[in-house]
Amino acid sequence: MATMSMGPAKIDRQISLPFSQAFKIALRNITIRLGRAMITGAGTMLGIAFLMSVFAAHLASLSARDVISAGQMQKQSWLVAMSLMVSVVGITNSMLMSVTERYKEIGTMKCLGALDNFIVKLFLIESGLLGFFGALFGAIIGALFVILTRFGSVFNGNFDWLRLLVYLGVCIVLGTVLSIIAALGPAMRASKMPPADAMRTEI
Amino acid sequence: MAKQNDAMTGSKDGAPNAAESSMEATRPVQSGEAAGVGGLPVNGVPVNGAANGAHAADTTHAVAKSPNGTAGEDTYIGQEYIVRAKNIKKTFSVGGQEVHALRGVDIDIRRGEYISIMGPSGSGKSTLFNMIGGLDKPTDGTVFIDEVDMAQLDAFELAWLRCRKIGYIFQTFNLIPVMTALENITLPMIFAGASLDEQMEKGRKLLEQVGIAHRMHNKPNQLSGGQQQRVAIARSLANDPAIVLADEPTGNLDQKTGKEIIELLKKLNRESGVTIITATHDDKMLDVSDRIVWVSDGRIDKIKRRDEVDIKLGTLEGGVH
Repeated sequence: MATMSMGPAKIDRQISLPFSQAFKIALRNITIRLGRAMITGAGTMLGIAFLMSVFAAHLASLSARDVISAGQMQKQSWLVAMSLMVSVVGITNSMLMSVTERYKEIGTMKCLGALDNFIVKLFLIESGLLGFFGALFGAIIGALFVILTRFGSVFNGNFDWLRLLVYLGVCIVLGTVLSIIAALGPAMRASKMPPADAMRTEI
Repeated sequence: MAKQNDAMTGSKDGAPNAAESSMEATRPVQSGEAAGVGGLPVNGVPVNGAANGAHAADTTHAVAKSPNGTAGEDTYIGQEYIVRAKNIKKTFSVGGQEVHALRGVDIDIRRGEYISIMGPSGSGKSTLFNMIGGLDKPTDGTVFIDEVDMAQLDAFELAWLRCRKIGYIFQTFNLIPVMTALENITLPMIFAGASLDEQMEKGRKLLEQVGIAHRMHNKPNQLSGGQQQRVAIARSLANDPAIVLADEPTGNLDQKTGKEIIELLKKLNRESGVTIITATHDDKMLDVSDRIVWVSDGRIDKIKRRDEVDIKLGTLEGGVH
């Protein structure tokens, strides 16, 4: 009988949940779907590994005092541009999939009282985490690859380790930011859908 | 096994407990039938007690037997309207063509009523259901929930309404697959800002109420369809809503389980006074409904009270009394 209130209802405004609550749910979404999350993260990882290996190879060439011609410089710039594009496409694709396959879940959450910004927050945290760890491992793998394949050039005493660390940081930030940007579009679109449409969506 | 037990019972009078349990084990068919009538067969959530169940087993068409008969109706249905829909129209554009899902529907629903919206696929009943539940916006017309015009609400107020005032149940259950039964039920409470203690206490209570307290830590894919729907029902009640909207709640269930779910909904309707609105084409739903709304081709065909409906059901009702 608790629901028997009389007269017109007073409609309140739904509270925004704190970041920590969204983080908790996002983290659990990742850990529970770990296999799926790892595949998504692998997209980021491969792209960033490629990028990092290009950066590291450049450092190795400098260290070996190879004469870098203008043509080679151009080639390396191309490789960086290519690897960036590979990362962007790979990350966007993974994030698009991971959001669209959960439209129904998003619709359900909205039915239960989730605000649009909570849904967006949830997916951005999730993609940010995946992006961060994917990029972290990708950057390490890329750097290790070059270190192992060009052992002589790297350990000849001239290698600029500081710059390698800077590149490592750049790659990690880039991977995380790209992941978040890639998820932003689909997450916003999904969150703005009327729940009925979101639940009707079949993929 | 059963024969052995019976023989033992015959020779030894000193083991009444064993005899009883063996008796129960040997008549699962009968008790199943009776339980489906009286209330919930699951986990000792007896609604009407054993005597009632045994009585119901005699009447073959127990469908007509509702827990309290018709006497209590006036006491639990309020006078005020919880839902009022005025001339709602909904037009979808599909491939450049306009499809009129609803062509002007008016409906008033009182607090505490159990309403079934019937109609074939494509009749617009699901669309109507979505409009009433604030899941979609009508192209034209207004929907009032508790005297509040839903079109006037912003996103925050609408979310609050969905969270606190309305509970949803779906044909495909729509539980969050990565969460346990208990977590699924506490999710709307998290959205409502309840404390962890409140969530756990209420969650457990609700799971007991729907008869699946023993499965609270199971994920949806470890539960049967009927159990999943029970979780969904518990979830819909998480924030004590005024209205529960059930879209084809028995659509993915077998006859017997569907009947149990219907009985459960009716029980909750009676006990907590929550208004229940279902979109369905399950005839079993007719009997527990206070009113039945037939929708066809985007319009309301007719609205009838249960006692006006269908001669066949009427005679069954008479047979029980």
